[in-house]
Amino acid sequence: MLDKLFKISPRAWRAWLSIQSRLNKGNSQPEKPQQKEKQTSIFTKRKRVFTLVFIVVATLYLVSSAAAEFNLIDGLESFPKAFIWITTYLVPDEKSLSNLPAILAKLSETVFVAIAVTVCAALCAFFFSLLGTTTTKTNPWLARMVRVVAAFFRNVPDVVWAMLLLFSFGQNVLTGFFALFFATFGLLTRTFIETIDEVSADCVEALNATGATTLQIVFQGIIPSVLSVIISWILYMIETNIRASTLIGILTATGIGYQFDMYYKMMNYASASLVVIAIVVVVIAIEITSTRIRKVIM
Amino acid sequence: MSDAPILEFKNVSKTYNKITKALSDVSFSLEEGEFVSIIGPSGSGKSTILRCINRLVDATEGSIIFDGHDISRADKREIHQVRKKTGMIFQHYNLVNRLSVIENVLHGRLGHKSTLSGVVGLYTEKEKERAFEILEKLGLTEQAYKRCDELSGGQKQRVGIARSIMQEPRLILCDEPIASLDPSSSKVIMDHLSNINQTMNITCLINLHQVQVALKYSRRIIGITSGQIVYDGPPETLTQDIIYEIYQSKEGELITDVG
Amino acid sequence: MSDSATVAAPASPATLPAFPSAPPLTPQPDPETSSSSPDLEKHIDRSLRGKIKIGAKGLSGPVIKITALVLIGLTVYGFLTFDYKNIDFAQAVAKTFHNAQVMFGQPKLTYNSFLGLMHALFVSFALGALATFFGAIAGFIGALLCARNIANPLVGNVVRAFVAFIRAVPTVLWILIFSVAAGLGGVAAVVGLTFHSAGYLAKAYSESIEEMDSGVIEALKASGASYWQIVFQAILPASISYMTAWTFLRFEINFATAIAVGAAAGAGGIGFDLFMASAFYFDLSELGFITYVIVIAVVLLELAATKVKAKVR
Repeated sequence: MLDKLFKISPRAWRAWLSIQSRLNKGNSQPEKPQQKEKQTSIFTKRKRVFTLVFIVVATLYLVSSAAAEFNLIDGLESFPKAFIWITTYLVPDEKSLSNLPAILAKLSETVFVAIAVTVCAALCAFFFSLLGTTTTKTNPWLARMVRVVAAFFRNVPDVVWAMLLLFSFGQNVLTGFFALFFATFGLLTRTFIETIDEVSADCVEALNATGATTLQIVFQGIIPSVLSVIISWILYMIETNIRASTLIGILTATGIGYQFDMYYKMMNYASASLVVIAIVVVVIAIEITSTRIRKVIM
Repeated sequence: MSDAPILEFKNVSKTYNKITKALSDVSFSLEEGEFVSIIGPSGSGKSTILRCINRLVDATEGSIIFDGHDISRADKREIHQVRKKTGMIFQHYNLVNRLSVIENVLHGRLGHKSTLSGVVGLYTEKEKERAFEILEKLGLTEQAYKRCDELSGGQKQRVGIARSIMQEPRLILCDEPIASLDPSSSKVIMDHLSNINQTMNITCLINLHQVQVALKYSRRIIGITSGQIVYDGPPETLTQDIIYEIYQSKEGELITDVG
Repeated sequence: MSDSATVAAPASPATLPAFPSAPPLTPQPDPETSSSSPDLEKHIDRSLRGKIKIGAKGLSGPVIKITALVLIGLTVYGFLTFDYKNIDFAQAVAKTFHNAQVMFGQPKLTYNSFLGLMHALFVSFALGALATFFGAIAGFIGALLCARNIANPLVGNVVRAFVAFIRAVPTVLWILIFSVAAGLGGVAAVVGLTFHSAGYLAKAYSESIEEMDSGVIEALKASGASYWQIVFQAILPASISYMTAWTFLRFEINFATAIAVGAAAGAGGIGFDLFMASAFYFDLSELGFITYVIVIAVVLLELAATKVKAKVR
């Protein structure tokens, strides 16, 4: 679930891998001596592994195809069909342009929801990650609680939150807001805890040794160390949440997702295509801006 | 002040997780102004000794007297006082890499400030000037406004030294200060530490891997192995046999072998 | 001198002695005016009011500040402009808590059989697996075409732009579009999920490839290796562990997405049951039970992925 690391930098990703490898030390350590002994059989071993992977993937593929009622030929055939359909129907016409203001209004709502959700969730997640990190040596019991709560919010899909909130908030912008908030909060809390543990453990120790108080350590040590990483994640999550919010919007009848669904169900494909184009333009613009900012701050 | 030892370990033991014995029955004392090296193999308890002093680690048994106070049972406020008066230098420098050199040096003042002014990073002009003076002594003025991640290892360690001097400490603890540095940077760092010790009368307790360096710089060496002190005396009487005993190896197995 | 050294620290008894390094520096001027030597002064950066600056030079700090301020500004603006439709917030929150209690506290299956639910779960799993499979293949080809250290720059740029476009369209829209274009069913779901996976993995894989030591490729080129030899003898072995990690990550995401589009686009699987429980049967206990099933499945999947990733490394 650590997808977003990928946008930050290969460095951050490596850091994550190193955390993972440390977590898995038990598994990887005993492997080393074995490798040396069996060096002669490395080619046979590779062959065996390759065969094994091939069998597993092939089995999974066949079983999955059966379960999902999918077959490759239909899949491949669908491309030319889809291409023709898209180029014939999914193009904006003059009449659809009159819908552009409505589309842009809905899109801006969705974008602002994505930004507001991400920023609020990041603030809360940062606060909780300070309680959940082991570097500040707060309460170990509290730290474990925070991690469990974060894991809960992270593993319950956002659609579930949306379905639950629909009962109480109805078809409201807040339904999508809170659904995305919970999911983003869970994910960012875990990520921030890992970032703090990884990036600032050393300087926390040093500041501790100078006699700094916990608050001073947080503001002088942890925040400066992790701020750029946090901003980077926020930018990435905004992008992700625009897409997620489009999907949630279909369920909660809000934002650009609903606008698309409406045109789609009315078979007004020209206007629907305008929605797609608008989303693509905005998402790519945000991605380019994010990349630029990230280059400067990392 | 000058007569009583600045630091005294009395039968100190430390056990991690109730199983791993890191220190057993360690006793020694430091006079004000001494420059003492602790040598010993990795995992022998060198770091634990240092960290017991500023209470980054809590000793399990025994007492540690710092500046006339038993700090092994100190409460939060007393620990704060001890840390304020004790500088620490780390193998991996432990700087806040994204802040400027001068900000990192000023971190040495945090223990002396109110929480709030420390939180917002509000330092007096005098503190800033003092920081610059220290940087000048360490030859880092050119780097003052650079971010620490732009510095070389040797420069980073000098920032670490500057940060600890900024604390106006009575005692500086150095945990493998040159273990990650090349020989020429190592010499610069050791020269600076030695200079600080002599000119500012700050007591230095240094963990070292390199026996050679310890022999060259310190007037007293403590050898430790498996959490126990096996040697405590001047470099002159540290014989090859004792070194072998400290590192628990046979003759000819150490790179540090000297004739 | 001792004046300049006593830094607002009444608690500390020891005033700092001077640092008499060998060649004595210019004698300290009166501490009242300036305690630093002229030589040092030229390295000190002062604000207009004469205060010493301490922040690091460079763009990074200001850009972080501006970005943070802009984001907070946009958030506030967003909250002020949302259409809340006069919702009774306190009441809605109270109701949410009550509903959550029912949902998580009293999970119960009424409309679905447990076996049926397991089958639906497996369908979601299958959709995610197939999308990951095709996404990985397409993504690998895309990565070879756009990784900066091996691809033709012109082709690379075109492919990168194309990949960025594919990633920008939300998965649910791909599925809706394909279900009209190619007919509803598993095919539309798999193809729709594959699009975003391929775009995502192409970017991830290409970054893994770009991480490679450039010397290896050069050496192989010099030894006269063909393009495909380089790909299979150098690139694939060198980046396989990163790629596996990314692929598993994507599989986890695809599984979650498959559930989400099941609910939003009727793409089948357990997501659709989730949608029915909530929007059709209005049954919170049913919703709760399905949620627990999903959460357990997600956690198991993550554990399995961690195991396999550790093996590959």
